[in-house]
Amino acid sequence: MTSKINVQDKSLLPTLLKKQKDSPFNFLSEDDVNSIAKELKLSRSRVYSTASFYSEISLSPRGKHIIRVCCNAPCENAGKEAIREAITKELGIEIDETTEDKLFTLESVNCLGACFMSPAMRIDDEIYGNLTPEETVKILNTYKKEHVDE
Amino acid sequence: MNNNVEITLNGNKISVPAYISIMEAAKRNGINLPSLCHHPDQRVKAHCRVCVVEVEGRKNLVPSCSTQVADGMVIKTNTARVRETVKTIVELILADHPQECLTCIRNGNCELRQLSDKLGLTNIQAEPSVKRYPIDLSSSTLVRDNNKCIKCGRCAEVCHHVQEVGILYSHNRSTEICISPEYGKKLSEVSCVHCGQCVLACPVGAIYEKDETSKVWDAIQDPEKHVIVQTAPSIRVSIAEEFGLPAGNVSTGKLVSALRNLGFDKIFDTDFAADVTIMEEGNELLQRLKTGGTLPMLTSCSPGWINYIEQYYPELLAHVSSCKSPQQMFGALAKTYYSKVSGIPAEKIFVVSIMPCTAKKYEAQREEMRDSGFQDVDVALTTRELGRMLRSTGTDFSTLPEGQYDEPMGDSTGAAAIFGATGGVMEAALRTVYEVLTGEELKKLEFEEVRGMEGVKSSTVDIAGSPVKVAVAHGLSNAKKILESIKSGKADYTFIEVMCCPGGCIGGGGQPYGSTNARRQERIEALYRLDKDMELRKSHENPAVKKLYDDFLGCPLGETSHKLLHTHYSDRSA
Amino acid sequence: MNNSAQNDKYVFNFNFDEYLDIETYKQRGGFSALESALKEEQDNVIKKIKQSGLKGRGGAAFPSGIKLEMVNRAEGAEKYIICNADEGEPGTFKDRFIMTHIPYQLLEGITIAAYAAGAEKGFLYIRHEYPKPRKRMEQAIKELEEAGYLGKNILGSNFSLELQIFSGAGSYLCGEETALLASIEGKKGRPQIKPPFPTQSGYKGFPTLIHNVETLTNIPKIIEKGPEWYTSLGTDDSHGTKLISLSGDVKNRGLYEVPFGTSFHEIIYEYGGGPLEGHTVKAVNIGGASGVLVPPDRLHVSLEYGTCAEEEITIGSGAVFVLDERRDILDNVHNRVRFFLHESCGKCTPCREGLRQANILLERFRNAEASYNDLEKLERYTRVMQDASFCGLGQAAGNSLKTSFHYYRDEYISKIRNEEPAEVIA
Repeated sequence: MTSKINVQDKSLLPTLLKKQKDSPFNFLSEDDVNSIAKELKLSRSRVYSTASFYSEISLSPRGKHIIRVCCNAPCENAGKEAIREAITKELGIEIDETTEDKLFTLESVNCLGACFMSPAMRIDDEIYGNLTPEETVKILNTYKKEHVDE
Repeated sequence: MNNNVEITLNGNKISVPAYISIMEAAKRNGINLPSLCHHPDQRVKAHCRVCVVEVEGRKNLVPSCSTQVADGMVIKTNTARVRETVKTIVELILADHPQECLTCIRNGNCELRQLSDKLGLTNIQAEPSVKRYPIDLSSSTLVRDNNKCIKCGRCAEVCHHVQEVGILYSHNRSTEICISPEYGKKLSEVSCVHCGQCVLACPVGAIYEKDETSKVWDAIQDPEKHVIVQTAPSIRVSIAEEFGLPAGNVSTGKLVSALRNLGFDKIFDTDFAADVTIMEEGNELLQRLKTGGTLPMLTSCSPGWINYIEQYYPELLAHVSSCKSPQQMFGALAKTYYSKVSGIPAEKIFVVSIMPCTAKKYEAQREEMRDSGFQDVDVALTTRELGRMLRSTGTDFSTLPEGQYDEPMGDSTGAAAIFGATGGVMEAALRTVYEVLTGEELKKLEFEEVRGMEGVKSSTVDIAGSPVKVAVAHGLSNAKKILESIKSGKADYTFIEVMCCPGGCIGGGGQPYGSTNARRQERIEALYRLDKDMELRKSHENPAVKKLYDDFLGCPLGETSHKLLHTHYSDRSA
Repeated sequence: MNNSAQNDKYVFNFNFDEYLDIETYKQRGGFSALESALKEEQDNVIKKIKQSGLKGRGGAAFPSGIKLEMVNRAEGAEKYIICNADEGEPGTFKDRFIMTHIPYQLLEGITIAAYAAGAEKGFLYIRHEYPKPRKRMEQAIKELEEAGYLGKNILGSNFSLELQIFSGAGSYLCGEETALLASIEGKKGRPQIKPPFPTQSGYKGFPTLIHNVETLTNIPKIIEKGPEWYTSLGTDDSHGTKLISLSGDVKNRGLYEVPFGTSFHEIIYEYGGGPLEGHTVKAVNIGGASGVLVPPDRLHVSLEYGTCAEEEITIGSGAVFVLDERRDILDNVHNRVRFFLHESCGKCTPCREGLRQANILLERFRNAEASYNDLEKLERYTRVMQDASFCGLGQAAGNSLKTSFHYYRDEYISKIRNEEPAEVIA
């Protein structure tokens, strides 16, 4: 049964975020969308609509760690492009791509609220500021190392 | 109490009701402001912004559709600022719209094209930004061309809030916004009910019926084929609108002549089959009452409704009458009874239906609908497709002569005529059931309580001393309410009529563009006038139907009836 | 960083080296405002906030006391309070610091406002990009509940407040009240038609008070020290202080609590220490991405609602972003346009299509391939976007464009490929 529609549901957004968090690949699969629709008695298109609107929700698989480089004016002027290039060079991925080992996904983000230490990036829940390309590579290596140690 | 306010509209001081919008106030005072996302039967959206006007004291322009008038408001609708803005907005929409107007199905009745013309837009300076989506031809009834979508949201509104089917919705954001099923799926991959209400809502050519007129032309040209046509009850009160004539014209005779001009060999009437439907359905109800069958019994004439219950409430299918719809009863009889009477072999008979409905196309193609040994109905055309065929042959509808339906499937009663309106099937059934059960003549034929545009109507009818509770729902959101009440055991009805589309078939998804609720109302009134003026108003009094039973079927629910006129349903839930 | 010590001239008194705990907060007078407010009539609390002249600090600057009163007076079986912590305006980081450093003052403010409005349920809507502040607030809410400052029968009174955190999911637009509500209700975060306003019909149709983090954090101090104290801060036009997020090409980037009446020149040169060594200020972007570009000769304007409105400077969230002579104005404007293009909900034509076209045209300018006609078009689309968009996003998206046409027109002209004058366009 797909859609005995409710027009509103306050738990949709938290449900989507929770399901994504539980996913090993940081995304919502079509099965996830369908099961949430069933659970909340919403049409699949309604659930998909909400999921597709928010930039923190991904509908395609991502890596274990998500690197978000801030692309707004304060970070752009402070040299975010060099940071992005350093990441691309180090990991071999462009924006919205995932490394082959599924360890990292690189994304561009609108303002992390860290403009007092631009350029800034966020890896998962951690924010890094006053970055230089060298510093950025060092940070990436700690994540890589952690993975090797596991 | 005086609920009026004084406003100044382009310098004219006028008094208007306090609760209306600027757009409505302007309309009542001689100015039709442009609009695209606005639809009189839908919630106000204020997305498209082409209706903006200047209001003194407001920093920005305001949308006239969503802004209520207020006392002392000074409104200007045609300042240079308003004109530049509206023209620019339309220019921006056109930059994101394919320039294929001459070959577009909406050429001639596209709201965007009309607006561009009205504004005198002569060139588009904005950079073309049309995204190329593949055209979705997967559905058996509808074609979706997302390239032409202007994101007004009217289809999504009707799909989600009027029908509550929830197939079309707006996804993504910014310039990626896209109105479609989830994941941009094709219509054939989702549980669309084929009601076609989205088509009626669309201002442009982004979604439309699958045109099958060429199949009909081919059949007519084929000397080997005997091409017959049936016209649904509601077509005679809507076809004139295809020629720009006002809604609510009864044009039965002209419709027949028009079809004869096209070259059909015989012009028959679905109303004849509607009378047969009442004989079968009325008797089925009586049988369920007698034998303790599943009640309430739900009507089965509306294919969009059948698609809905099969896909979304299959657990309730036992409630649905086993009767085929009039279209399909006609088809099955055409290739058996008519074949026999006329001596024309069934394989040579080509049956065309003129239907107010897109779901009828799907119904005609169902596997179950081949009880004559052939596909019972070969092609179902919508009112709009018929309009297109007629216009292409230079038909001047208003001066056509008055024609007559052919025998033996052309006679009908007033009961059949009202099938096209919500509550009509119920009323027709009650007229027959009452007389069969009581053996007495029904004095007052009108069942006023089941008439009208209210979403869910109910009534208790006294039949031979016992009260029979009936209900009528139209539009799937209302059908859903009824289904939920059956599920929860709260529905103590005996018989329920359900029509997929708002207003019933006169508001079907195959009807002329501009099918607003106001027009639906006019068409409904025309059908009731038609009924009133008819000599015979009860299905069981139709002489052609009597002859059909005497010569061919035997009795209602008999063996032949069972084979040709009844069907079964399946769980099609996703 | 601004290290203002406990000072009677400030409302926030940030000490950036200190992450306040609940005991220290109490020792410094924390919760005394809540205690006294709960003993007063709701109307009295509203009156004090009205007298203080506090205005919404999220950007719209609507008088906070009046908003409170509207919710208080509105009919509704239930009422809600929502603290808007969806701080998304680029260049703004004040709410982040409030939540990480002085979360108790914010929560005390929420509770007092809820009491005055008559709201017993509420949400703290935090943007998804703030995981740490979210954790800090979760912890602080728990502490307050345990200490009886939140939850059932607060401090033994009849007043209860059930406050839960709601996480955004990455949409700038959700900072707009009706979009925020849509988002809580599980829909796309798209703005809705007003009226009805949330104060009348907000969450689930109930009257809802929506206030920004900074606004609410002012409230405990107003109650504790009195509206007269508050009005003594700032100027006659604008009372209190404003948090300024200073970023870009200055010596000392950071968050500053600045009394109203301070000039932007002082903010940049005194608080921020001026431009970097050997550089000069070329332009200042005030109010974030949705703000305006201001040339150096207009920095004498003082931070005041009235003055700034007259001078067409948008205080907005209080973001001040400095660009020195090395920066290309068109790069900056294009960055802003790309930001809005990404964040536009896409439902209204002027915003969606206007931004799409502006993005194409700016690209052309930056590649020095534009014409005079392109400039005319860019200006026209900007006007239409500002004048006819559904919500503040589309309207504000044109601010930096418009001011750049005005103050930095030469930079556009210099990128025009052929120097022939524009054709007359019908």
